[in-house]
Formats: sequence, structure tokens, C-alpha cells
Amino acid sequence: MAENKGVMVLGEFSEGKLAAITKELLGGARKAADALGEELSIVLAGSGIGNLANEAIAFGADKVYVVDDPLLADYQTDSYLPVMEKIVKQAKPNILLMGQTAIGRDLAPRLAFRLDTAVAMDSLELNIDSATKALLATRPVYGGNARAVYTWGETRPQIATVRAKAMEPRERDDSRKGEIVKIDSGLTPSMIRTNVVKKVREEVAGVKLEDAEVVVCGGRGLGSAEAFKELEALAKLLSGAVGASRPPCDSGWISSSAQIGLTGKIVSPNLYFAIALSGSSQHMAGCSGAKNIVAINKDPEANIFKEARFGVVGDYKKVLPALAQKLKELLSG
Amino acid sequence: MPNMVVCVKQIADPEAPVGSFKVDEAAKKVIPAAGVAQVVSPFDEQAVEAALRIKDAHGGKITVLSLGKDFVMDVIRKPLAMGADELILLQDSAFENGDSRSTAYALAMAIKKIGQYDLIFCGRQAADWDAGQVGSGIAEFLGIASVSVAKKVEIADSKVRVERVVTDGYEVIEVSTPALITVSNELGEPRYPKLKGIMTAARKQVPTWTAQDIGADPSKLGAAGARAKLLKLFVPVKVSKCEIIEGENLEDAAFKLALKLREVKLI
Repeated sequence: MAENKGVMVLGEFSEGKLAAITKELLGGARKAADALGEELSIVLAGSGIGNLANEAIAFGADKVYVVDDPLLADYQTDSYLPVMEKIVKQAKPNILLMGQTAIGRDLAPRLAFRLDTAVAMDSLELNIDSATKALLATRPVYGGNARAVYTWGETRPQIATVRAKAMEPRERDDSRKGEIVKIDSGLTPSMIRTNVVKKVREEVAGVKLEDAEVVVCGGRGLGSAEAFKELEALAKLLSGAVGASRPPCDSGWISSSAQIGLTGKIVSPNLYFAIALSGSSQHMAGCSGAKNIVAINKDPEANIFKEARFGVVGDYKKVLPALAQKLKELLSG
Repeated sequence: MPNMVVCVKQIADPEAPVGSFKVDEAAKKVIPAAGVAQVVSPFDEQAVEAALRIKDAHGGKITVLSLGKDFVMDVIRKPLAMGADELILLQDSAFENGDSRSTAYALAMAIKKIGQYDLIFCGRQAADWDAGQVGSGIAEFLGIASVSVAKKVEIADSKVRVERVVTDGYEVIEVSTPALITVSNELGEPRYPKLKGIMTAARKQVPTWTAQDIGADPSKLGAAGARAKLLKLFVPVKVSKCEIIEGENLEDAAFKLALKLREVKLI
């Protein structure tokens, strides 16, 4: 283990730009690398990576491993796993970070097991133990009811996936210098046992949930798909986005891409309307970063009132139209 | 006709009220709350449902595996009552105090013993520790293909097609068999057991396999095989500071809420 050095990040990107989660990871990983006095590297694996390496350096990377191969155009376990195995065995990082994303969730456990080490999934916080220099990863367990702090024994790398918005990206600095290392993927088509036949986008119209400053979120108590139209009207009025807790998505009242929570999206708006939802830990896991929560629920005992800054106890059917009307007046006047 | 294996975990009901949840920080364990029922982890029930939908369409056999202790038989038999064919329990002190890795290893060894499998289903994560590692981990130990976070699984033209949930929608993925698929809540509600199913399930023999039965290497099981070290377990402290806005009626309260949001410059 003594020979493992450096902090490595697995980068994600789309449409020629680094993903927000990757910039966040670089920000958090930079701090860890500085605390250890070690190098920060990033792996960019894909097809047609172009200028992304320089962007990664501008956001804090010292070294960029570029693996450019048409076989990496789509994320597939069978293509990314051997590539990451190869790079980790070659570079021997001390810490490896990925986003808690469709890619990180899928790749991290298999990679960790293949390398005979452990992974802490969905970490909210990463710290370096000042005495042992070991990584300490804090992650939510029991649907967010508790937190667990994990460490690793003798095995390296210490692998963690990190939740969106848990870390702060650095300011872009285009004067930073870094090294770019090209790596051959070593892939052949026969290694890949899956085939991505189709990609279907289900983006909700309007402002993107993850980027919205105002989120209007509905829960089980809404009772129907129609009720979400009222939420959409309020969201539109406030230039916000509509979200949902899990039950409305499972019931098909709204697309599952609107789901906020442990198994959905993570949002951190300035203003969050929680309407007819109880505020289960599973849901709060997706919106605990919201700066101001406004709860409307007819159950005064609902957990959401413990999380909210302002609350109205009552039937949303009566509260919402009046609230929308008054907000409209205030915004136009 | 496909041979299918589904891995399920018995846990304390994750829908239990938040207030009933407590941990023993010294022991780093959750204190079982009085009156909170044991259930099959909800994502695992959806994994059972995914297998049953394949069986409805194409026939085949479903074997359910569960590793744990203190099984409540009426609870853990639920997948049988839903329509699965066999249930095998993995219970041995050697399995205890493991991490995701040692659990995945034990389940993989049990699946090897079962021998014939085309599709293995797991829930995307257990609704207690929420790690989401065991499913993919089993695939790693078996050296087979895996697709995670599925919302639909079907066999068409003798190909397995999986709809995998990603941030902005889903991907349709074809995968060769044998394959392991982890199932997400977007699959939809699992079916309720029918009375006939419950009665059939109650009559089925449920074998228990030990570490020796599955030919497992003891150094890879339980605490010995664990690579993750739990340092601390705690309940985060929350300070409630909600200002309840009241009015003569709900419309009035809504007006006052709007004024309040303006007053604190949130709108």
C-alpha cells in the first residue's frame, strides 16, 4: 500500500464539456491531494475527447489520462471496467473518486472487488485523517436516517463515489499547467457483452431540475397526475422546475426523471416547495441541500415540518391556488 | 425457458416512522425498534417481480436466495407466495459481520452451487445500508455481464433487453446471458401474493445452506472477507425551526405565506 500515491478522479462529460459532478469531484479531490501532498489526476475515457483535458487541468487536475476509443463512446460496464483496471494498476492511486451517477454506481463496486479493495458509495463528505492520512468517507445509510463513516484497511486504492453537490468546484483557471498522458484502451469488441440499442431522453420541459433555483415538489398526497399541472403553473410563475417524491413517479403521475431523493435526483435550490409530501428520509436525501423549504401538508405531524423553514398545515387544494394568486400579484406589482 | 435466480434481503421496514430509528453508537449497530416489522427489502421485491414477469411471458424457473439470520419465515417466503419456485436460505455465523464484498462472494458461491442460471436479479440496493454493491459484486465474482438500475427487463427474439435508468431518461441495452441485472423502483409495484400462492409457499421445503455447503473459502466470508471498515455510525442531529403560518382560513394562510416569502426576499 505504501507505493500507492495520488488522488484520481474518473471524469464524466457530455457535449464536449465536463459534467458538473466532475468539476465538483476535482474541487474536493484537490483539497484531499493538497492535504496529502500528492498529485491529482483525472481519467477521461470516451470517444472524441478533444479539448476536455485542458478543461480538467483548469479545474484542478495535475495529470490527465486520456483514453480515446470508439468502443468507449457509450458507457458500458464491460468497456470501462477493464480500462479503469488497467489505469489503476499502472498509476497506483491512493484514492479514486467517482460521481454517484449512473456510471459510478455501476462501475465502482465491480472495480473495487476486482482490485480486492472496498468502495464507499454515495459519500457526502470526505476527510483525510490527520494522524493516519487515511481517507474517511461519510455516507448516508438507512434511507438517510443515519450516517456511517468508513475507512479502508490495508487495501488501496480507497475508492469512493460522491453525491452530486456534496463538493464545491474550484474557479476555472486556464493558466494552470498539467500533463496529458494518452493510454491505449486495450479493448476489442469481443470483450463487450452488452450493446446500447437506444438512448431515450425524458427531460422535463423548462428549467433543469438540478440547476433550478426554485423547485416545486409534489408527493403522494397530490393523488393524481392532474394535480401536477397546478405545480407546473406555480413553477412556471417562479421560473422553477417541478419535482416529485418517489410515490408519484412509481404511480406514473409524472416521469421518473422528476424524482428527487435517494434513488432520484439531488437538488439544492434556494427555495423548495414541498407539497403534500411527508418528508421521508429517502426523499430528504435528495433535497437536504435546499436552502429554504416551504412545506404544505395537512398532517401537522409530517416529518417535512421538521425540515422546513415555513409551513402551512392544510389541504394543498385550498392553499396552492391562493398562494399562486398572491405570488403572481407580488411578482407583477 | 430461462433459469433465474433472485437475491433478496430481509430487513426492518424502511417505511417505519423516522422517530423510531435509533442507533447504538458504541456497537455501531441499529437498535431494532419495537413494533417495526421485518420485510423483504422493497427493491428486492421488485427484483422478484422482474423475474416473475419474465416467467409469465416465457416460463422458466425462479430460485430465490437470501443470506441473513433471524429469518421470519412468513416474511422471507413472500417471494414464493408471489410465484417463485424455490427458496434457499444462506445462514451461518461465518457469513456475519461482513461487508458488501463478502456478502456478494457468498451469494456468488451459492449461485455456482445452483449451477444453471441465465438471469440473476437483485434489487438496486438494500433499503437498510443502501450500498448498492452486492448485485454488481456477484456479477464480478461470477465473471458475467451486468446491467444496473433496470426499470424493465424483457426477452425478445431470444435476446435480453434491459431499460437502464440514467439521469435524463433511460437506455435500452441488449445483454448476452448469463447476466446479472439490478432492478430499480421504476419497474413498478410488485404483485401481491394471492391466497393460493401463500398456501403453496407455506408447504414448500426451504433448505438452509452453510458456508461449507457452498464450498466457500472462509477467509473471504463475513468479517474476514470484509474490506470496508465501519468507523462510526450516528444519527445526524436536526434542529427544527419551522415557522407555521396561520390565518383565518387556509386561503388567508396562503396569502400570508406569500407575503412572508416576499418579506424574506425569497421571491
